[in-house]
Amino acid sequence: MLWFHNARLIDPETGTDEIGTLLIRDGQIVERDGPCPEDAEAVDCHGKCLAPGIVDMGVQVGEPGAQHKESLRTAGLAAARGGVSTIVMRPDTDPAIDTPEVLEYVTRRAQARTPVHIRAMAALTRGRAGREMAEIGFLLDAGAVAFTDGDRVVSDTKLLGRCMSYARGMGALIIGHPQDAGLSAGACASSGKFASLKGLPAVSPMAERMGLDRDMGLVEMTGVRYHADQITTARSLPALMRAKNNGLDVSAGISIHHLTLNEFDVGDYRTFFKFTPPLRSEDDRRALVQAVAEGIIDVICSMHTPQDEESKRLPFEEAAAGAVGLETLLPAAMRLHHSEGLSLPLVWRALSLNPARRLGLTAGRLAVGAPADLVLFDPDAPFILDRFKLQSKSKNTPFDEARMQGRVLATYVAGQCVHAREQADA
Amino acid sequence: MRGRMEFSQNHLLGIEPLKPAEITTVLDLAEEYVALNRSSEKHATVLEGMTQINMFFESSTRTQASFELAGKRLGADVMNMSMAHSSLKKGETLIDTALTLNAMHPDLLVVRHGSSGAVNLLAEKVNCAVLNAGDGKHEHPTQALLDALTIRRKKGRLHRLVVAICGDIAHSRVARSNLILLGKMENRIRLIAPPTLMPKGVEEFGVEVFDDMRAGLEGADVVMMLRLQRERMDGGFVPSEREYFHRYGLDAEKLAHAKEDAIVMHPGPMNRGVEIDSAIADDINRSVIQEQVEMGVAVRMAAMDLLARNLRRARERARLREAANG
Repeated sequence: MLWFHNARLIDPETGTDEIGTLLIRDGQIVERDGPCPEDAEAVDCHGKCLAPGIVDMGVQVGEPGAQHKESLRTAGLAAARGGVSTIVMRPDTDPAIDTPEVLEYVTRRAQARTPVHIRAMAALTRGRAGREMAEIGFLLDAGAVAFTDGDRVVSDTKLLGRCMSYARGMGALIIGHPQDAGLSAGACASSGKFASLKGLPAVSPMAERMGLDRDMGLVEMTGVRYHADQITTARSLPALMRAKNNGLDVSAGISIHHLTLNEFDVGDYRTFFKFTPPLRSEDDRRALVQAVAEGIIDVICSMHTPQDEESKRLPFEEAAAGAVGLETLLPAAMRLHHSEGLSLPLVWRALSLNPARRLGLTAGRLAVGAPADLVLFDPDAPFILDRFKLQSKSKNTPFDEARMQGRVLATYVAGQCVHAREQADA
Repeated sequence: MRGRMEFSQNHLLGIEPLKPAEITTVLDLAEEYVALNRSSEKHATVLEGMTQINMFFESSTRTQASFELAGKRLGADVMNMSMAHSSLKKGETLIDTALTLNAMHPDLLVVRHGSSGAVNLLAEKVNCAVLNAGDGKHEHPTQALLDALTIRRKKGRLHRLVVAICGDIAHSRVARSNLILLGKMENRIRLIAPPTLMPKGVEEFGVEVFDDMRAGLEGADVVMMLRLQRERMDGGFVPSEREYFHRYGLDAEKLAHAKEDAIVMHPGPMNRGVEIDSAIADDINRSVIQEQVEMGVAVRMAAMDLLARNLRRARERARLREAANG
C-alpha cells in the first residue's frame, strides 16, 4: 500500500491539475485526497507531477524476428524509464502477429520479461500481405486489442471492406495507415521546396488525405470502429473532422515526432529524421498541435521503431525509416506544454486516457478503481539527451544531443515501482 | 596565381555551400588551366604525389574521362573504379567501401552515386578531399561551374543575365546546381518544363516558371537544354518523344524568341531530335556545347587544385600541432 502526498495530480479524465494525495492498494487506486492509513508507506512527491502511466499505442518490438534491434526485455526497460506503463505492440514482427499462436508466444514472453503491461495488436491480413484476412475472431479471443497491417496499406479495397465488415461484427478496432500507396511509393520526403532542393523523392501531403478519404468511405459503408495511426498533415484534418461530425466511430493518432519536428530537421540527409510518413512542413506541424489541443487528434504515441546503425548509416533514400521513442515520448511531449501552451491534463488525455479508452483498457485515469499505473515526473527538469544512455537496444533517436525538459522520476505498474530515478544522475 | 584567393572548402559536395567569391576563385583559376590545356605542354605538377580515385557508382563516360584527364594533367596518380558492377553488389555497404578506399590513403576522391546525399555521407567517413561528380537528383557542382565558365567567357560576365533552363528539371542534378550557382551570382533564371518535369515548390527558389517554351525564351541571353532520359518519354511523364520535341525541343523557330546573340548549352549526351534540333546543336555561332566539354577539364583541374592546397595546408597544420604537443 502506497500513499502519495504533496503530488501535483494530473488527471486527464477530469482535466484537473492540483495538489493532492493518492492511495493505492493491490494494484488499484483506492482513495484520493484522503489521509494516510497507518499501514501505508508514504511517498513524498515534493510537488512533482503524478499522472496516469502512458499508454503508448503502436510500439515496434523486434521480438520475434529482430531481437538485435529491440527485445521485449529492452523495450520494457525503455518503457519503464520513459513513464510508459502500457506498451501497445505493433504486429510488424517477423513472423507477423497474425495467428493466435504467435500472439500467445509474444504475450507469454512479455509477461516474463517486461516490467510494464504489454498488449498486442494483431495483423489485419495474413503476413500483413494484404491478401487474406487474418483470424480476427481467434486473435480477439487471444487478447488482441486492435487489428492493423502497420504502415503497409491494404490497397485491395474490396478486401479491406470485407475485413472491416467482419471486424465490425465482433466490435474489433481497426487501425489504418491513411496513405495513397500509389502516390507515396518510393517517397522519403514531403514534396516542396526542401525535398526539391535536396533532390529527394517526395510525396504530396495529399496522399494522406486521399488515403483517409478512402478509409472514411469504407468506415461509413461498414460501420467499423476505426483509428488512423498517424494523421500528419493539415490537409487531412477537415476530412477527419467531417467523419467525426458525421457520427463515424473514428479516432486518430500522431507520433510525437510529427508534433515536435519538421522537414527541415532532416538537414544534410540525417537519416535519424527519416520517418513514415515523412516529416512535414512547419505549417502542418503547427496545425497538428492545434488539432491535438482541440481534440480532433485523439492520441499521441511514440511510434517507437528501433533501427540498428547499419539500417541508418546509408544514403537517405536507402536508409530505414523510424525512430525509437519510448524514453523520449514524455520529455518531447513536454515541449507541447512548455512551448505550445498545452495544459498537462490535455497532453495526458492524448498520451494516456484516449488510447486506453480506444483500446478498451481501464488505464489512463486517476479515479478510484482505476489501475495503479502511474508516472511521477518533473515537467521542468532540463537535460541534454545522450542517445547512448537509452535503454533501447537501438539508439536511433532524432533527439540526440537535444535540450529537453521533463524527466521521469518513477514509474508504477499495477502498484509496483518499476523504475525509480537515482538521485545521483537526476 | 596572383592576388588573394578565397576558397575555404575541404570538399566540393555541391554549389550550395560555396560563397560567390569562392565560385569566382574557381573560375579564375580555371581560366589559367584553359590556357595550359591549349598549349602543347599540357602538364602541371600541383597534384604530384597525390592519389586521385574516381569512384563511379553510376556509369559515366564523359564526366569520368574529364576528371581523369584533369587529374593526370595536374600530375596526380589517377585510378578509376567503376562501382556499377562491383562489391556493392556483393552486399558491401557504401560506408565500408569508403573505409576500404580510405585505407589506401587517397588524397582526392571523385564520387558519383545514384542516391541524393550519398556523397555527403561518404565525405563524413573519409579523410581526404571529396568531389561530387553527381549524386542522385541533388547536385553536380563541377557541371554548374563549367557552365558558368563557359557563360562568362562567351558573355563577358556572369551576372544580370537572363538564363533559361529547359527540360527535365525535376530529375536533373545539373539543373539544381546551375540554378543555385546562377542565383548566387545574381542572374534572372527561368525554368521551362512541362509541369510533370518541374520540381515542387520551385517557385520559392526565386526563379520564374514557364510551361510555354516560347514565352520562357523571350529575351534570354543563355539557353540551357537538359537531357530527357528515354525512359521518361514513354507516357509516364510526357506522352511521347515527338510531342515533347514539338513543345519543348529547341529548334530555330523557338530559339528566335531568345536574344539574337543567345548561346545554346547542353550538358550532354544529347538526344538529337528530342530536346535539341541537330542544326542548332551544330551551329557554331550559337552552340557552345563543345566548349563546355573543354571548360569541364579546366574547371575540374581548378577545383582539384584548390582542394589539394587546402588539404596540404590542413595536413601541415595537423603536423605542426602534433609536433608541438609531442
